[in-house]
Amino acid sequence: MLQLLWTVPALPLLGFVLLAAFGGRLPRAGVSVIGAGSVGLSAAVTGLIAWTFVKAPPAGGFSQYLWTWFQVGDLKVDMTLRLDPISLVMILVATGVGFLIHLYSTEYMRDDPDYARFFAYMNLFVAAMLVLVLADNLPMLYLGWEGVGLCSYLLIGFWYDNPDNARAAVKAFLVTRIGDVAMLIGLFVLFFSLETLDLGSIMGRAQAQWTPNSAVAVAATALLLCGALGKSGQLPLQVWLPDAMAGPTPVSALIHAATMVAAGVYLLARTHVLFDLAPAVQHVVALIGAATLLLAGTSALAQRDIKRALAYSTISQLGYMFLALGVGAWSAALFHFMTHAFFKALLFMAAGAIILALHHEQDMFKMGGLRKRLPLVFLTFLAGAMSLAALPLVTAGFYSKDMILWEALSSPKGGVLLWGAGVLGAFITGLYSFRIVFLVFFGEERSHVTARPGMAMMLPLAVLAVLALAGGFVELPGTLGHVTLFSAFMGTHAMEGAPALAEGVQQVLAALLALGGVAVAVVLFVRRPEIVRNWVSTPAGSVLHELCASGWGFDRFYDAVIVRPFVWLASFHREDFMAVVWRAVGGLADGGAAGLSRMQTGRLRLYMAGIVLGAIITVALVVLL
Amino acid sequence: MMATVPTEYGMLLAALLFGIGLVGLLVRRNVIFMLMCTEIMLNAAGLAFVVAGSRWHQPDGQIMFIIIVTMAGAEVAVGLALILRFYHLFKTLDADAADTMKG
Repeated sequence: MLQLLWTVPALPLLGFVLLAAFGGRLPRAGVSVIGAGSVGLSAAVTGLIAWTFVKAPPAGGFSQYLWTWFQVGDLKVDMTLRLDPISLVMILVATGVGFLIHLYSTEYMRDDPDYARFFAYMNLFVAAMLVLVLADNLPMLYLGWEGVGLCSYLLIGFWYDNPDNARAAVKAFLVTRIGDVAMLIGLFVLFFSLETLDLGSIMGRAQAQWTPNSAVAVAATALLLCGALGKSGQLPLQVWLPDAMAGPTPVSALIHAATMVAAGVYLLARTHVLFDLAPAVQHVVALIGAATLLLAGTSALAQRDIKRALAYSTISQLGYMFLALGVGAWSAALFHFMTHAFFKALLFMAAGAIILALHHEQDMFKMGGLRKRLPLVFLTFLAGAMSLAALPLVTAGFYSKDMILWEALSSPKGGVLLWGAGVLGAFITGLYSFRIVFLVFFGEERSHVTARPGMAMMLPLAVLAVLALAGGFVELPGTLGHVTLFSAFMGTHAMEGAPALAEGVQQVLAALLALGGVAVAVVLFVRRPEIVRNWVSTPAGSVLHELCASGWGFDRFYDAVIVRPFVWLASFHREDFMAVVWRAVGGLADGGAAGLSRMQTGRLRLYMAGIVLGAIITVALVVLL
Repeated sequence: MMATVPTEYGMLLAALLFGIGLVGLLVRRNVIFMLMCTEIMLNAAGLAFVVAGSRWHQPDGQIMFIIIVTMAGAEVAVGLALILRFYHLFKTLDADAADTMKG
């Protein structure tokens, strides 16, 4: 059964090829069957593989050699797929959630003229993502890494006739590119130092050759971290993700919430051995995660656009994952990645259902009272928001976030400060997630519902709502049942002998703060909305609100410090020395052609004279030379 | 034994004929005369072939002349047709009337 592994990325790729070649000539039903079916089949195969793998885990994972990609000197790069617990979780989420989102898209994109193009890009994305997570060596991982980046660009700019969307696509591509270049240099450093690009041998050799905190370990991990920061929208490269919401909503759910943005988390989890050898960089990872989760959380509080609010929330939750990676708890990061994929895909798709029902209205202040109009969407969105806010005991988000917070406090690499940031973030998360719920579903109706979502949209929402609530029961903390299916599968051990009392106290604290956030949201957005209104109208309040709404002014800062000087430099260099040379070459060709074409007069005798003159000169040259 | 004409004489005659044709082509404006001038030049070239062939006692020169005559026949057919179209278009036989092309 494991031998079928190659079909997991191959099926979506085949779907892409078919849709790219014949998509325009196929009827819509055919496109839906190929587009959603290829990913669905891939998910089914993944399910079978997972069943086989979990029943009898092969020692050291399973790898499948496909062919040799290239060979230069001693360097031989194979196309080899590698299945181990980390990549298994990633492909389960990528194909499973991916299929649900494809199914949802068949209805969401129903009236789009470029239906086939949309599914072609989506299938290519899933294929690239699967190559990324199944890669056995770094060049292949980088292939998938760039592949998902390309698809992200194509899908953000899917409605490219609006210049704003095209601009957002270019911005996303360029900002992540900064990280990608750093990561590529990181690969060179790794190869230079360890003379291999195979993931398994890199880990082994690094442990044997590197001393902790040596220059090469710090350089390599810092460069890999830059790549992860760009892809996962972490400080200081987070600016592209809110703008990426210009794409269709299923794209936001699949690429910018569930899968691609977690590629950075995956990279760091995959190379966690290297980061253990560079504690200084690892500490920076934790600090960046903590700073990002607070900054993005406060930004999410002040958004009007429902998708932008969810985008900032995604950045914030990715910050939690980086916090976990920074304290060495990479299995907690992957656990939160999994639950986050469930509830954030759910939130985005429910938001998409609302946006479609309100005829492409995204402003939360123009929504309201939708609880009665769209009851099923309300219930599923509520499930997602509860999981996002980590309401205790009943939601998946609680267990994954609790694992991260507990690790941040108890791990030797963590501390009270990192934990404090995480807990404060939990309060903010409760506040902003229920702000969205109350603004959209409660209060008075401000807009008219024109369409209700059908089966293809409601089914994925229902499935994900169940997962968002129950998906956390695979891993329960020591104080509550102590189930360790997930971490045992990952091969990490939950900390044994940790004081259960401290764990319980921190759990109660975190749970109370999350509930407190919801309670404050009830007061501020349901009972006494005038408090917020009055506060925002004071000078200090308006400045703070403006700051949060603009994502702490990073866009303006980068515009002034990087974009404008660069544009100025480019326009300044438009008239440099080489430009003169090239323009002269062009002018010469232009003038020569104009002069020669004047000879085409139509006078036969002039032509004749020319021929005679040419003949005489040729004969003279032959005779004289 | 027939009295033979020296090769030089034959070649001089061919060059003279060619020169007459060339000069005629350059100075005449009537397209019919220009066509005739090209005929003279073709025949001059043919004469040169024949003279050269007799100088080296080879039949190739005469074979070339037959080819040239055949080609000249074809050329006159096309040329006359062109001249007819030309006259229809411009109502004159003056070749310089066709200088309407401006680069």
